[in-house]
Amino acid sequence: MNGSRASALTLAWRLASFGPRGYPVVPIAIIVITTLLAVFADFIAPHNPEIGVLGERFKPPAWQAGGTETYLLGTDHLGRDVLSRLIFGARVSMIVGFFAVIVAGVIGTALGIVSGYFGGWVDQVIMRITDTWLAFPALIFAIFLAAIVGPSLTNLVVILGAVFWTRYARVIRGEVLSLKERDFVRLAIVANCSNWTIMRRHILPNVINSAVVLASLQLGIVIIAEATLSFLGVGVPPPMPAWGLMLADGKKGMMAGYWWLTVLPGTCIMLMVLAANLLGDWLRVKLDPQLRQL
Amino acid sequence: MKAPLLQLRGLSTHYVSARGTRVVRAVDDVTLTLGAGETLGVVGESGSGKTTLALTILRLLPMAARIVSGQILFEGEDLLTKSDVEMRRIRGKRIAMILQDPMASLNPLFTVGDQVAEPIRVHEGTKRAGAWDRARELLRAVKIPAAETRLRDYPHQLSGGMRQRIVGAIAISCGPRLLIADEPTTSLDVTIQAQYLKLLRELQRAHGLALIFITHNLGIVAKMCDQVAVMYAGRMVESGPVHQIFDAPAHPYTRALLESIPRMGDTDQRLTAIEGQPPDLVAMPGGCAFHPRCPKMMDRCRSEEPPRFDVAAGQSARCWLTAPAGR
Amino acid sequence: MKRYLVKRIGYSLISLFLLSVIIFFFVRVTGDPAVLLVEPGASQADLDAVRQQLGLDKSMGVQYVTFVTDLLRGDFGNSFYYRMPVLELYLSRLPNSLLLAACAMLFSLFIGIPSGILAAVRLGGWWDRVGKIFALLGQSLPSFWVGLMLILFFSVHLGWLPSSGSGTVWHVLMPAFALGWLFAAAHMRLTRSSMLEVLGSEYVKLARLKGLPEAMVIAKHAFKNALIPVLTLAGINLVIMVNTTVVVETVFAWPGVGRLLYEGISFRDFPVVQVTVVLCGAMIVTVNLIVDVLYAVIDPRIRYE
Repeated sequence: MNGSRASALTLAWRLASFGPRGYPVVPIAIIVITTLLAVFADFIAPHNPEIGVLGERFKPPAWQAGGTETYLLGTDHLGRDVLSRLIFGARVSMIVGFFAVIVAGVIGTALGIVSGYFGGWVDQVIMRITDTWLAFPALIFAIFLAAIVGPSLTNLVVILGAVFWTRYARVIRGEVLSLKERDFVRLAIVANCSNWTIMRRHILPNVINSAVVLASLQLGIVIIAEATLSFLGVGVPPPMPAWGLMLADGKKGMMAGYWWLTVLPGTCIMLMVLAANLLGDWLRVKLDPQLRQL
Repeated sequence: MKAPLLQLRGLSTHYVSARGTRVVRAVDDVTLTLGAGETLGVVGESGSGKTTLALTILRLLPMAARIVSGQILFEGEDLLTKSDVEMRRIRGKRIAMILQDPMASLNPLFTVGDQVAEPIRVHEGTKRAGAWDRARELLRAVKIPAAETRLRDYPHQLSGGMRQRIVGAIAISCGPRLLIADEPTTSLDVTIQAQYLKLLRELQRAHGLALIFITHNLGIVAKMCDQVAVMYAGRMVESGPVHQIFDAPAHPYTRALLESIPRMGDTDQRLTAIEGQPPDLVAMPGGCAFHPRCPKMMDRCRSEEPPRFDVAAGQSARCWLTAPAGR
Repeated sequence: MKRYLVKRIGYSLISLFLLSVIIFFFVRVTGDPAVLLVEPGASQADLDAVRQQLGLDKSMGVQYVTFVTDLLRGDFGNSFYYRMPVLELYLSRLPNSLLLAACAMLFSLFIGIPSGILAAVRLGGWWDRVGKIFALLGQSLPSFWVGLMLILFFSVHLGWLPSSGSGTVWHVLMPAFALGWLFAAAHMRLTRSSMLEVLGSEYVKLARLKGLPEAMVIAKHAFKNALIPVLTLAGINLVIMVNTTVVVETVFAWPGVGRLLYEGISFRDFPVVQVTVVLCGAMIVTVNLIVDVLYAVIDPRIRYE
């Protein structure tokens, strides 16, 4: 599948590198702004995202007829301010996205290193499990787990982490396999270093690059996964604001023409994912051209 | 005198970059003649333009390349005036080519028989059964044992030497008059190389083929070829009968090439190499392309490109050293 | 070939086994699966009855064996909401999902492959550039949002297409598009680069040197080779597609197994969730096996591995 990414990669990279000295200004700006919104949500958001005024339901955005400046982007079916919910939703997306990617990364990298380094039956067992896990659709699995443990932010992070670690394991294992043949690792083995030391000091630093690139690529996928789970009702528990949840609510009002309840959260998701993907592609080219294989 | 089979006159092929800013003169003003049944060796380092020359003759150049001038007279007809359809009828049928890497040349998804029979079916309209029979005969002609079973095999099941023979079989399948072999033995084991060259010579004699043998190996040239053409940076710096050139090379580059071959009984400890690197074709030095590395360089060589001078019977070189008095 | 088949089937069986273990494990991990498998609002007696039935007092090994034998017998329990065996329920919805997936996959292949070939053969052209943008967007837009936007535009705004349900060709159009478009982009990109690689290969060069007509070079020599990676991708994408069916069916209220899963979650109907997950996994393992066999049929090199 390597060639397939090459062509969109060039375009993506050009878009992403649109900035001084080729740094991906736009994606970074988007991510930074979103992070700021997430962190300072309490101060920036004009209204409480979870409590609404029922008398102000379904107000359209300020620039449309019927809208007011109090609710810049309109209100939803419970009279809650859309703008505030979007801002707080950013917090949820970032937290879940960030931590899920880290959890998945840690598990996956660890297993990948162990599997690649020890080889033999350890490798076989881990790889079989990974293959089975991978073959299983992430979302269905996530839904399954969510149905068992119930919705909450922590559960969500754990579930997404548990579902997405396999991608890391596969790739890292491959890298470890080729690293094992390199002289500095062989020397360390000959010098009778403990396995743990070798893995920690020699192998880990060399696979970190790939792990980071994978993580940035996964971020987009994870955000979409969280949004999907919330949309289906097994993600973030209401009344907590999440973009996916807003889409689910918004769907009900679509037939009546309340477009802002779906278009706006969706655009947020799209921008976030686009930024993550562009950043990931840029990182991939920057950190190690060999990683174009990913 | 019999008309020559192939005549190249002032042939030039240039690669032009996308914006038209950079021009690489991959083949620069090449003139040579080849008679029927003769063998011509084309020698040069990588990037000297040998393969581009071959592809130019067959007019199968990539999109960025352009044949800017010259003539290619094959059996009296100028190939540069032919339409695409006419060229296609010539390729594989009247002029054939063997590429360097036999594994890569054969399509992994089709059987050997299918691929050998293919040109026969396309060029001569033979039905499948008849073409299959011809394919079997061809495999026998290139000395492949158990031809019948081999026909049904896939390329990855055969050894490198056998694959190259099959490529040879494909090449002669429609009875071409000219065969161009682009480094056919470079990717073969040394032990197999000799056998393959022997095969090529036999096929040549049996079918009256003219052969253009592209190589960087002067030893092969000495064994196989009647004529030799030496290429450097896209230009043909010397050409002529093999024994004449080997005995008395006129161009300093040819001389350096011959000297760099280690000989049995040499007592020198170090290998003789040619100083310097081949030029970057994008930024060529002015005048004679070889002058930065030439031990006999004169002032003239820096600024003026030498034209072809006749050195002896049938031998010519592009070097100011060979210029007759008064030029 | 036979050895390859046997090996692949062996792997599939191992995967199925692992799958059952994983599912079993996760259901049991909460401590008291009886809570999941019993209707909400059930009495203590009901809970005890279920515990007995599941044999929760017995060892894990025995429980697992019971679990698997039940599965193999087709006993997946009953749905609380629909009050019927879940297996039946699942099987009744399955054809709808298959239909949708087939339409979406066909759509993505029929759009993706030819445009990929076109883009490769006419490199740098208009088609090529449009394709690249299409591909980039495809990755960043969640399909359920695409579905929602489609509904917004075609149903609410224009009133041309029905926004939910199934039954006619008109009903299938938007869901198939929402489901398939992301794959169309991916297939197009892959076909394009695969085709480019193949067109630059030595055997294509030799085919041209043989004097074969260009159409034959592309259709016979290039196409089959270029298709191999696309097939792999299609196989992998099938798995992702199953993911996406859940949301697309929910958005469009398409009566398939994806929507069944959604209902299972909404109504806290765990047996439904469980059966969907188990059968989904089994289906994927089977489909992967089929794809691998197809592979071997097309590419002779695989057969001799």
